[in-house]
Amino acid sequence: MSMNKFVVVGLIAALVFVPLLNMLPETHALHVPTYAVSLMGKYLALAMLAVAVDLVWGYLGILTLGHGAFFALGGYAMGMYLMRQIGDRGVYGDPLLPDFMVFLDWSELPWFWLGFDQFWFAALMVILVPGVVAFVFGLLAFRSRVTGVYLSIITQALTYALMLAFYRNEMGFGGNNGLTDFKDILGFSLQSPDTKVALFMATVVALLLTLWMCHSVVQSRAGRLCVAIRDAEARSRFAGYRVEHIKLWVFTLSAAIAGVAGALYVPQVGIINPNEFSPINSIEVVIWVAIGGRATLFGAVVGAVAINYAKSYLTVEFPEIWLFALGSLFVLVTLFLPKGIAGFLKRKEALA
Amino acid sequence: MSNWTSSLIGLLVGLLTALQVGASTPADQLANASFSEKQTLIQTWIESDSSTALSVVQLLLDGRLYYEKNTNRLVLIDTHKTGQPLTDFATGQAGTIEKKRAYKRVSVNNTLRTFLRDTLAAAQLSDADPAVRLSSVQQMLGDLTPENADQIAKFRAQETDTDVVDLMDLALAIDRLDRGTPAEQAQAIARLADSLTVEAMNALRAVPANSPLASQARSGIQSIEHRRNRYKAVETLYFGLSLGSVLVLAGIGLAITFGVMGVINMAHGELIMLGAYTTFVIQQILPSQPGMALLISLPCAFMVSGLVGIGIQRGVIRFLTGRPLETLLATFGISLILQQAVRSIFSPLNRSVVTPEWMAGSWEINAALSLTLNRLYVIGFCLVVFFVLLTLLKRSSLGLQVRAVSQNRQMAQAMGVRSGWVDALTFGLGSGVAGLAGVALSQLTNVGPNMGQAYIIDSFMVVVFGGVGNLWGTLVAGLSLGIANKLLEPWAGAVLAKILVLVFIVLFIQKNPRGLFPQRGRAAEG
Repeated sequence: MSMNKFVVVGLIAALVFVPLLNMLPETHALHVPTYAVSLMGKYLALAMLAVAVDLVWGYLGILTLGHGAFFALGGYAMGMYLMRQIGDRGVYGDPLLPDFMVFLDWSELPWFWLGFDQFWFAALMVILVPGVVAFVFGLLAFRSRVTGVYLSIITQALTYALMLAFYRNEMGFGGNNGLTDFKDILGFSLQSPDTKVALFMATVVALLLTLWMCHSVVQSRAGRLCVAIRDAEARSRFAGYRVEHIKLWVFTLSAAIAGVAGALYVPQVGIINPNEFSPINSIEVVIWVAIGGRATLFGAVVGAVAINYAKSYLTVEFPEIWLFALGSLFVLVTLFLPKGIAGFLKRKEALA
Repeated sequence: MSNWTSSLIGLLVGLLTALQVGASTPADQLANASFSEKQTLIQTWIESDSSTALSVVQLLLDGRLYYEKNTNRLVLIDTHKTGQPLTDFATGQAGTIEKKRAYKRVSVNNTLRTFLRDTLAAAQLSDADPAVRLSSVQQMLGDLTPENADQIAKFRAQETDTDVVDLMDLALAIDRLDRGTPAEQAQAIARLADSLTVEAMNALRAVPANSPLASQARSGIQSIEHRRNRYKAVETLYFGLSLGSVLVLAGIGLAITFGVMGVINMAHGELIMLGAYTTFVIQQILPSQPGMALLISLPCAFMVSGLVGIGIQRGVIRFLTGRPLETLLATFGISLILQQAVRSIFSPLNRSVVTPEWMAGSWEINAALSLTLNRLYVIGFCLVVFFVLLTLLKRSSLGLQVRAVSQNRQMAQAMGVRSGWVDALTFGLGSGVAGLAGVALSQLTNVGPNMGQAYIIDSFMVVVFGGVGNLWGTLVAGLSLGIANKLLEPWAGAVLAKILVLVFIVLFIQKNPRGLFPQRGRAAEG
């Protein structure tokens, strides 16, 4: 069974069986506790981010070290909606202002918070804000032909600058505490197990849709052009293709996917803070992709889930070991598994 | 009867008081005198026996002077508790406190304390040490009274030290502005307008708006403010230069590994951190000589970071030639390992490195401008490191080989350059310089496992902004970014200033992808 099929079948199985197993009585051996459902939902949201990174790194050759920024922007947009849903149930009981604004003595809602009480508006912003930021950034960067390592470094600077900005209280996004204490989404309580299972299912569906969409993009003519640009940018340009345009559109699409992933992540973990912008998060995503196998899309899902599971396990059981393990993984994978798990499996298949 | 009796009683009381005064020494009276009586008492006392009186003044200010309630005998007590030792003030005999309640402190209020301090300062005006005289005038300047202005005038004539003379003239001018004749006042304003001190400015501000001198005073204030602002700008420039030097130090090692070799080393920040920890370890070994330890840690840090760097190059980077993005990921992994290693060995907490005496303190140029010494040393150190590196790359045979390999590897190999060996040494050199940067940073900021991460993005920005493969570009870029940061800080705040600088660089790279001083020719391709 190829990796693609394995991932798709696995996801569909999860979509069907996880809610069923969750409904079993708690004493049953096959019962899946609700916290585990949320945890899996979190991993799959991160897997979606990994797919977005694989799209630009794997197929377009842009090593982005700032995709965490788009993920966090989508997360913040969702967080703002959830904040507005709290209404007067906050600690200070203000019907309009979120708690942190009351705490800062603000008297009215800043203009950029308007409209976030509507879900459709927030959902639009989840896609639009990361998309527009990526579009403007890409427009400037690709037009002036910033490539390779330079591009990596300025994407890192982008997320770093955003992190510093979001840490400021004056920005109006809750400073270093971020947004938290969410109560409900679309009228359903975030504490209830049913909502959690529903969020998990939504994440699985979103991930499947993302994979399908990215797969069709990659299989299309545009996708083949991407690979051509990755392998020989100058030659593609000389052949008459508008390299900047295709780069810009794929980069923007990828950022929008990252934004949606962030929006699915936030209600499941219950908090979003500026730490999500920190450069190390973005770099970590790249290693998930590298381990799963670059330019395979499905490999990114495997890599993201595997490493995040290992992270959850190791940071609890052996907190000292985790960074050693992650660091060694970076080194070993780049040295010995340049094509990741997918490449390893393919080689075995070819040998057999 | 009223008038008659009351005056008689008054007479009697007066007589009694006079008798008491005649009968006892000032020391005995001090115990029960009121605050204002204490003041006159000490004044007369100083005229008769100044050395004893001044020691009393000092003791009163320290709160160590007590008296025995029954006898009014003065004693010195450090800890007011039963069983603790005491010393008789008059005889100097030692004793113990038998009962805590039998002794009471000679009380002092704020007015009296000010008087005591001024008295002491006046006495110090005649001290043999110019530094003591200077500080005493400074003390009087704080709240200048006519009395101590007279004191200053008295000692002004015999003063020889120019610094003290200047300060005394300032004090006298302030006093004259307050109570001199109009001509003297005008003169005083002219004198004060020449000064840079806050005191002069405050004195000029105190001139009432309806006074005929008001406009003169206002222009004096303007003149002071103008010059103070100029010095403020110099200070900002200095802070900018010192921040810039830190950036250059952090970036210059990267300029060698990234710029010359084309290798992206994300562990560069951690090599800086290793240098800082080396300083910490050597100070632990030599706790009594922080200065010596700092000097020793320079070569040690260079060795430690340099060897780790060579290890990274031989162990990992060598196998990833021509794959810059993979190199970036692998070295990032190494940075995580180094961070966790330091955290496991030295604990995750920040470590403090002692600043040796000769680096502490500041260099006071005038009343408006003083430069902290440690930053001055860092600026100097940065320049030394820069020029040594520049000479090494331009003049030594290693430098020649490094440049040859970076320009055309195959050709260099064909000419007999051992490129593998040159790579390792170049990487070691760049890493060693990162170690030196760590030693310098340990004098300015906290030494902790996360310190490397704080510098990695900045260092990359400096190198990319300056133009890859160009040491001069790194110097110019680092210093100008440092200055820009500090210039923006006053009106944007520290964090926003940093963000603005980052945004500026990102935009700049869009416009000039190869930095301020791009390499030209065939070496620039690729």
